[in-house]
Amino acid sequence: MPEIRVTPLGAGQDVGRSCILVSIGGKNVMLDCGMHMGFNDDRRFPDFSYITQNGRLTDFLDCVIISHFHLDHCGALPYFSEMVGYDGPIYMTHPTQAICPILLEDYRKIAVDKKGEANFFTSQMIKDCMKKVVAVHLHQTVQVDDELEIKAYYAGHVLGAAMFQIKVGSESVVYTGDYNMTPDRHLGAAWIDKCRPDLLITESTYATTIRDSKRCRERDFLKKVHETVERGGKVLIPVFALGRAQELCILLETFWERMNLKVPIYFSTGLTEKANHYYKLFITWTNQKIRKTFVHRNMFEFKHIKAFDRAFADNPGPMVVFATPGMLHAGQSLQIFRKWAGNEKNMVIMPGYCVQGTVGHKILSGQRKLEMEGRQLEVRMQVEYMSFSAHADAKGIMQLVGQAEPRRVLLVHGEAKKMEFLKQKIEQEFRVSCYMPANGETVTLPTSPSIPVSVSLGLLKREMAQVPLPEAKKPRLLHGTLIMKEGNFRLVSSEQALKELGLAEHQLRFTCRVHLHDTRKEQETALRVYSHLKSVLRDHCVQHLPDGSVTVESILIQAAAHSEDPGTKVLLVSWTYQDEELGSYLTALLKKGLPQAPS
Amino acid sequence: MKLYCLSGHPTLPCNVLKFKSTTIMLDCGLDMTSTLNFLPLPLVQSPRLSNLPCWSLKDGNAFLDKELKECSGHVFVDSVPEFCLPETELIDLSTVDVILISNYHCMMALPYITEHTGFTGTVYATEPTVQIGRLLMEELVNFIERVPKAQSASLWKNKDIQRLLPSPLKDAVEVSTWRRCYTMQEVNSALSKIQLVGYSQKIELFGAVQVTPLSSGYALGSSNWIIQSHYEKVSYVSGSSLLTTHPQPMDQTSLKNSDVLVLTGLTQIPTANPDGMVGEFCSNLALTVRNGGNVLVPCYPSGVIYDLLECLYQYIDSAGLSSVPFYFISPVANSSLEFSQIFAEWLCHNKQSKVYLPEPPFPHAELIQTNKLKHYPSIHGDFSNDFRQPCVVFTGHPSLRFGDVVHFMELWGKSSLNTVIFTEPDFSYLEALAPYQPLAMKCIYCPIDTRLNFIQVSKLLKEVQPLHVVCPEQYTQPPPAQSHRMDLMIDCQPPAMSYRRAEVLALPFKRRYEKIEIMPELADSLVPMEIKPGISLATVSAVLHTKDNKHVLQPPPRPAQPTSGKKRKRVTEDVPDCKALKPLLSGSIPVEQFVQTLEKHGFSDIKVEDTAKGHIVLLQEAETLIQIEEDSTHIICDNDEMLRVRLRDLVLKFLQKF
Repeated sequence: MPEIRVTPLGAGQDVGRSCILVSIGGKNVMLDCGMHMGFNDDRRFPDFSYITQNGRLTDFLDCVIISHFHLDHCGALPYFSEMVGYDGPIYMTHPTQAICPILLEDYRKIAVDKKGEANFFTSQMIKDCMKKVVAVHLHQTVQVDDELEIKAYYAGHVLGAAMFQIKVGSESVVYTGDYNMTPDRHLGAAWIDKCRPDLLITESTYATTIRDSKRCRERDFLKKVHETVERGGKVLIPVFALGRAQELCILLETFWERMNLKVPIYFSTGLTEKANHYYKLFITWTNQKIRKTFVHRNMFEFKHIKAFDRAFADNPGPMVVFATPGMLHAGQSLQIFRKWAGNEKNMVIMPGYCVQGTVGHKILSGQRKLEMEGRQLEVRMQVEYMSFSAHADAKGIMQLVGQAEPRRVLLVHGEAKKMEFLKQKIEQEFRVSCYMPANGETVTLPTSPSIPVSVSLGLLKREMAQVPLPEAKKPRLLHGTLIMKEGNFRLVSSEQALKELGLAEHQLRFTCRVHLHDTRKEQETALRVYSHLKSVLRDHCVQHLPDGSVTVESILIQAAAHSEDPGTKVLLVSWTYQDEELGSYLTALLKKGLPQAPS
Repeated sequence: MKLYCLSGHPTLPCNVLKFKSTTIMLDCGLDMTSTLNFLPLPLVQSPRLSNLPCWSLKDGNAFLDKELKECSGHVFVDSVPEFCLPETELIDLSTVDVILISNYHCMMALPYITEHTGFTGTVYATEPTVQIGRLLMEELVNFIERVPKAQSASLWKNKDIQRLLPSPLKDAVEVSTWRRCYTMQEVNSALSKIQLVGYSQKIELFGAVQVTPLSSGYALGSSNWIIQSHYEKVSYVSGSSLLTTHPQPMDQTSLKNSDVLVLTGLTQIPTANPDGMVGEFCSNLALTVRNGGNVLVPCYPSGVIYDLLECLYQYIDSAGLSSVPFYFISPVANSSLEFSQIFAEWLCHNKQSKVYLPEPPFPHAELIQTNKLKHYPSIHGDFSNDFRQPCVVFTGHPSLRFGDVVHFMELWGKSSLNTVIFTEPDFSYLEALAPYQPLAMKCIYCPIDTRLNFIQVSKLLKEVQPLHVVCPEQYTQPPPAQSHRMDLMIDCQPPAMSYRRAEVLALPFKRRYEKIEIMPELADSLVPMEIKPGISLATVSAVLHTKDNKHVLQPPPRPAQPTSGKKRKRVTEDVPDCKALKPLLSGSIPVEQFVQTLEKHGFSDIKVEDTAKGHIVLLQEAETLIQIEEDSTHIICDNDEMLRVRLRDLVLKFLQKF
């Protein structure tokens, strides 16, 4: 029985370390290869020994697909390909291919240079890993091999984020990666056609949230930032360099312009300037409005936002600082946070989801006393959470399920409790099974793919011609012979099958004698038979031939004299095996005798 | 399958393919060479042009005075320029389902087709094709509309008059179908009917046909198209290049195994080597500027100009031209330069990797930054303040009939210090120059056409091996000017089928198979039997469902169960007429074994007689006779259904069913 098997190595009932194994039609595909921000030990990478204990992964995987450049989706890639060992193709979109190595290098620097970790992947490994990448266009059908094909759809989560359809024969799986169903200030909304996959694997970060309108959130955000700087406070906005950062920059830039504000806005690290360049060069991946106007005004050239220097953090007076990384787990954002946390005039705005174990997650869950490098830190600054991260909310997830019309749904990239709720909702609303495996747990789904066969046009047309035109679309019976030869399946008419195989048809014919009491001449008997059958069989073609015989369709009836009894005539009814039903019906009918001729 | 050929221009094709149940237009090229018969449209009043003498017929009849002007022995129509449209009468264009566009040069007739023929279908093109195509159309409309001309000449088109005119007016074809330029409104409406596609994207048309664009290597976003069903494949090759310039390389392997390959858009200058031409371009440019002259380069606002700018970027410093201003003048100059930088995914590998750094893929960004290249929407406005000579000007239109180029021809034509360098291959440069004669300025012809030449074509055809090649008739004979060059034509086996404007070709292939899906439940119920080693057969009796041109076989319904009247009626309505068909039989019956079987089943008193072709088995008791021959069996008996069925089943035991 064909089946699809799915095993999350990461992101099973969890957010972070996305890595999902899918087996479909005999092919093995790994979806994403992420790291976990909440861990610093072995658990930060997926456990690839699940795939194989020894030997290279290349032998066990047909391809790897990376949905977007966030580290929880690609952070383990160099470790996977260079340290564990994988030489097969890695597919991602062009922007992801451009930006991914930069974030990996950034991640490596923090881990090795700042935290002094040994046995981490090197810069060269990142380069070697990226050489294995094959870039894909949106909607391009990429033939991984003769049977396996993949296709990318726009996901709208960050620049270059994509959903992927994986297809073998008539079986298919769609993996959403992270996606966003509402267009924002710089990206468009995710879109997929009604591709009816056997399985949809969707993220479920905001499985239980239904967010208010984007406009309200933006107004709220601007109000909070404005109030804080008005009273002389400093605003820290931890972000990842690419993605939300650009959206919020566009938002603040236009607000500053409109309100004519002079308070400085800074953006930390050199990465951002580079990041904005990527947005300019990959502008075809942004939303309609930005694409349309870019010739005259490029939205990614900011006037009010300047580069941040670490010394600025101690400057007096109000300011707004965007700093990386977004979950306050390391780097510059964490440094600035420690400097400003003690002052109640200041504010930190967390614009996205924070993984368990990060400082961001701690302060969002209300913790105000933190232990950091052996010292107590009391958080007096205001902590605000604004959901700007570009994940679909419950409504959006349902919308996507409705768009793609999958036969089953599988949830990843979310918290178990919330998934449970969404699972019920999906099962109720769409009447499809929904699964939510934990990491290392395998879901096996039987499929029943139909079998494609070549049908000879002659046979198909003959069958179609049997039905008059207005009803041509109605189902009808088809009879033929399936020839199976070297894995090649052809359905042809039986005649053609015999001919192709050089076999002669064997004709089986029956002739039955029906005795009738009739004193008239044979010709007259035949005529009586003819008029009788003509009146009884209105739907059939009954003919009286010049030689005196009668035909009903292809069945031949002849009248002969009885050799012994002149008062009896013998009807010889003759038909082939293929007309058996009609033939035996006719003999039974004639046996009952003919109606008396009107005198 | 048929091909309707609506355009006779080999590089600006417009064909309609009828394939299965679909009608597909392949490209929508607009033949603009017709404009060469018209007088240029000057941006600034030109006394020279307005004082050209009128031309009158030999008999002195002067009624054409207002329409025709003479310049250095050539006659021109003094009117709004007109374009030669594709044939619109050969096929009802409202029946076209889709239009496939291969590159931005081949979509210029789109508004005429989509806005004026009742067309209701979809147009497919890549994003760069649409964006740059829009720029070309915008430029064209702008060039024509900003110099309104009151006169629209039509008398000369009268057949009886046209034949009295001098060449080339006399020989101009289809003049009655020539039309004025469309409006921006029509352009926008036409472009709104386009659906964007990516390379190697499979697009289903009505479930019957699948179309796929492939990179053709000629221009940004340029594509060849595969049109295929499950068993037939047509490749449409239009404007392809194997040279490494800026676009993504041509995808050749996907063209393999075509039944028919339609080949259009080969190089128009088969004898010129594009690399050599670029070298000549640079050296002539440098020479003129060093001597204090100006250089005029008539060009389109996108395409080869990117490559020329890139060459100059590498060349100007070494040639000591760094102080010479380069001007690019077009209403869409800025847009074209900006757009070129954002299509990284459509560029060759080298340029793509620059974007990953991230740097702009084309070096003209740096030329602009360093003020070496400046761009203006027209000669009016800022340009007139910044204008310094000697300089190099890139501007349109290459026909020299409209656009800012007309102004520079008038301005610089009288000095032999200046040079006009022709790089675009679409127009004969001598004809383009005719209304400006006599000219003192130097004219250099360096046509750069990167499209396939005949050597490359023959290599390509050898590699992809199509069963049949279809091409414009121009490609099946040497060019008229070089009739001895037998190498300048397509050479393939079987010989290419050629077409000309307004012809309909029946394409030589016969469809024999269609795809059908057997549902798993039906597949499980099939009983295959091995007939010969490696060949198995199974008889299939199933219900055929056809929806959206897809065929599915499902198991036949179980025999209707006798249920209450009402319910049964509903069932029979849904179920097709399912009288089980009897299979065909094959095999032969061995008489001895057959007789033994009869005996085993209780028949006695059996007699066998030999006949010429076989045997007769007599069952005397039952008054039954069975004729057995190699390929037939005939049972002749009394009307005893039980007996007949028993005998039938015994016979069938020896035969195979199909």
